Amino acid sequence: MKPLWHKLTEMIGRTQKVWYVALLILVLVFPGMTTSYWTDVAFFFGLYILLGLSLNIIVGYAGLFNLGHAAFYAVGAYTTAILNTVLGIPVLYLLPISALAAAFFAYLITKPILHLRGDYLAIVTIGFAEIVRISLINNIGGLTGGPNGLLGISRPELFGMRLYTPTHFYYLVWFLVIMVILAMVRLEDSRLGRAWNYVREDELAAEAMGIDATRTKMLAFVVGSALAGVAGNIYAAKMTMIAPESFGFWESVVIFSIVILGGMGSIPGVVVGAFGMVVWPEIFRGFAEARMLIFGAAMVLMMLFRPQGLWPSPRARRAMESQKKSRPSAKAGTA
Amino acid sequence: MTLLQVRDLSKSFGGLRAVNDVSFEINKGEILGLIGPNGAGKTTVFNLITGIYRPDTGQVMLASDNLVGLRPNAITKKGIARTFQTLRLFPNMTVWENVMAGRHVRTRAGFWLGVFKFKSEREEEKHIRETSIEYLKLVGLEHLKDELAKSLPYGDQRKLEIARALATEPKLVILDEPAGGLNDQESWELVELMRKVRDMGVTILLIEHDMEVVMNISDRIVVLDNGEKIAEGTPEAIQQDSRVIEAYLGKEEEESSWHF
Amino acid sequence: MEMFFGQIINGITIGSIYALVALGYTMVYGVLRMINFAHGELFTLGAYMAFTMIVSMNLAAYIPNAVVALIVMAVMVAGLVAIVGVLLERIAYKPLRQSGRLAPVISALGASIFLQNAIMLIWGANYKVFPEGVVPSITWEIGGVSITLMRVLILSTSLTLMIALYVLIQRTQVGTAIRACALDHDTARLMGIDVDKIIRLVFIIGPALGGIAGMMVGLYYRQIGFTMGWHYGIKAFTAAILGGIGNIPGAMVGGLILGVAESLGAGYISNAWKDAIAFLILILILILRPTGLLGERVAEKV
Repeated sequence: MKPLWHKLTEMIGRTQKVWYVALLILVLVFPGMTTSYWTDVAFFFGLYILLGLSLNIIVGYAGLFNLGHAAFYAVGAYTTAILNTVLGIPVLYLLPISALAAAFFAYLITKPILHLRGDYLAIVTIGFAEIVRISLINNIGGLTGGPNGLLGISRPELFGMRLYTPTHFYYLVWFLVIMVILAMVRLEDSRLGRAWNYVREDELAAEAMGIDATRTKMLAFVVGSALAGVAGNIYAAKMTMIAPESFGFWESVVIFSIVILGGMGSIPGVVVGAFGMVVWPEIFRGFAEARMLIFGAAMVLMMLFRPQGLWPSPRARRAMESQKKSRPSAKAGTA
Repeated sequence: MTLLQVRDLSKSFGGLRAVNDVSFEINKGEILGLIGPNGAGKTTVFNLITGIYRPDTGQVMLASDNLVGLRPNAITKKGIARTFQTLRLFPNMTVWENVMAGRHVRTRAGFWLGVFKFKSEREEEKHIRETSIEYLKLVGLEHLKDELAKSLPYGDQRKLEIARALATEPKLVILDEPAGGLNDQESWELVELMRKVRDMGVTILLIEHDMEVVMNISDRIVVLDNGEKIAEGTPEAIQQDSRVIEAYLGKEEEESSWHF
Repeated sequence: MEMFFGQIINGITIGSIYALVALGYTMVYGVLRMINFAHGELFTLGAYMAFTMIVSMNLAAYIPNAVVALIVMAVMVAGLVAIVGVLLERIAYKPLRQSGRLAPVISALGASIFLQNAIMLIWGANYKVFPEGVVPSITWEIGGVSITLMRVLILSTSLTLMIALYVLIQRTQVGTAIRACALDHDTARLMGIDVDKIIRLVFIIGPALGGIAGMMVGLYYRQIGFTMGWHYGIKAFTAAILGGIGNIPGAMVGGLILGVAESLGAGYISNAWKDAIAFLILILILILRPTGLLGERVAEKV
């Protein structure tokens, strides 16, 4: 564990370490301090952190504009729902299988579109996600249950214990959140993490370095989608019923906003973004209706005044600072 | 011994023949200059060798491997690295990370190793960092390793691109107008650097406008004009070649940089 | 066979609306090289403004002739939506013109979310229903196919607007300036063209056309919802891509082709998969021929 601990301390600095420990303790004791309603809110907070982190790999690290992320989330949720209700496979066994299914689906559909440029890629991912949603509504293969979706998904069992209370699911999702954050911290600073950044910064230069840009981008989609599949599994387990309308364009936009508002490529940014999306409207119930209005305006304002996001990644922050110093720099070139 | 062999290379765009039946060889360990007036087809030849364009006809052989049809990243893996005429660093990443990009193709760790950080990954990561520093030392930028690439002065960005290319451990490195935009002092440093690189055993193909640099450092020179090879030889021979002089005198804008 | 012609007419009607909306995408893309994600919401805004004029304000009561009333309202809708379009450009896009590709895309997406929710908060989340008889329900029978006045109005309005735009772009000095801006801002500036003004003009024309299209959809289907702009927007965008984005006649042709394809698909394959057809076309075109059917082949830049 030692090198990881070093990384974490490096990342957060000595004084902030205390805060992270405090946060961890808060996560552990939170359900004991509050009502089951707020425990549920905290569950969804965690779920959207997972979704945000998964899209962050694609949008933040690799710079690929994916506006159809809900499709991968849906594949995960429906894989769980179908295999559980039809074959009776326990829900938690389906966690890795849902991840694989979403990853495989991402592999299939992104293969022909990876060469598309930013905004075109965004449009195509919207298109794929809509086709997925329409297919679910039309009950493909008689498996998806049509517009009403599937119900009767059984409760997960862990070490002989049936998980059904908000607190159970809270701990399940936050355990995954912490594991995934630890994995992401490591991945950011690995050979693959850097490759994603190289491709995002300048694809042609990355190729000239011998990096297979297509494969690297594909991996971002596959890994990010696998994680979205995990989130889908948890969601299906928690709700015990799922329907296509939970996986529409809106859902993709919400996840996308989480990544953008917090700061592309930033892990704490995703947490902040998910907090704003999920928890904040619960605190200010009066604004709940205006939630998306405020988020839309925030996205515009963010691009105008703080494009690096609320809690930018260290890299984005450095980039901003050096821009302020405004030293002459050569044009990065466009491709 | 021949390292790279370009044989009967042709490429047309629309009806325009950009490169017509060009052949030349680069010997292992030499510095070959590729020159020609503007629009002579230098950049096209460059893009044909590095896999950005696919030739209509002809072959590019690196040792015994045919490179035609390979993607740019595969060609880099085979052992040809390049720099860009207009700088293409990773601007928002550090100087060190830029060089680490070059190590990518010679290392292996993927997703699982990155997440689980097994011993092999940690060792490889250490190796990537250490060797990258060596390349930074070679070009004299190790003290700037934590700066963002885009914050470096122009001359240093040029050097960084060369370090990044060398970090792929190429057999052949192609430098696309590396002296472009450099002052005399920096050009001189560049010539020194190229010598050092050659002495390390890396062959260099130099595409350059600055005649002083080309004449100074090249072992041999190939001259293109209108997409065809019009001369090949030592710098001295090229300077005497009447066809070369004619090609250059025909293009006025080149006169100023042509020293006899 | 009658069903076939019925579907064709249906397709042309809806296709001409796609085409009008597609023009907004294609013109903005032409001069700014960005996808104006908020364009669909401007379309919705047109529908809601028409609703307010017709139902809440009952403007038609002040104008005796139904067709004149419609034209007056269309002009007002176009003007109001154009004002929102200009504001949108000024606030959300202009400051980002120098800041790379991604910032404007995100800003446009944010503007789209903002506008859609603003419409929801102003007019409410429920569907709004236009009253019957705003457009007199006159029907002609031609060869067994019935053609309503509404369809004739939609087709003639769309065609007139498209022809007018085409003439404006191809035959006038302003049109030349727009085309120059589409080629290269700097060169256009050197030629004495006020690029900012041209871009503003594009954000007047595109939203005005989109707004009128929204109004026509409201009158045609009589039911509008605050999310409708998303659906029509992405289909119109498909039409723009189909014809070659940045290409004005392309947007018109693309709109008609898409409308007919969708309508035939709904009639002969399945209505449930109608929307999927448009998305499938979108994806296939982007994968196989990103320059569209009429688009210019742009040499791949390295």
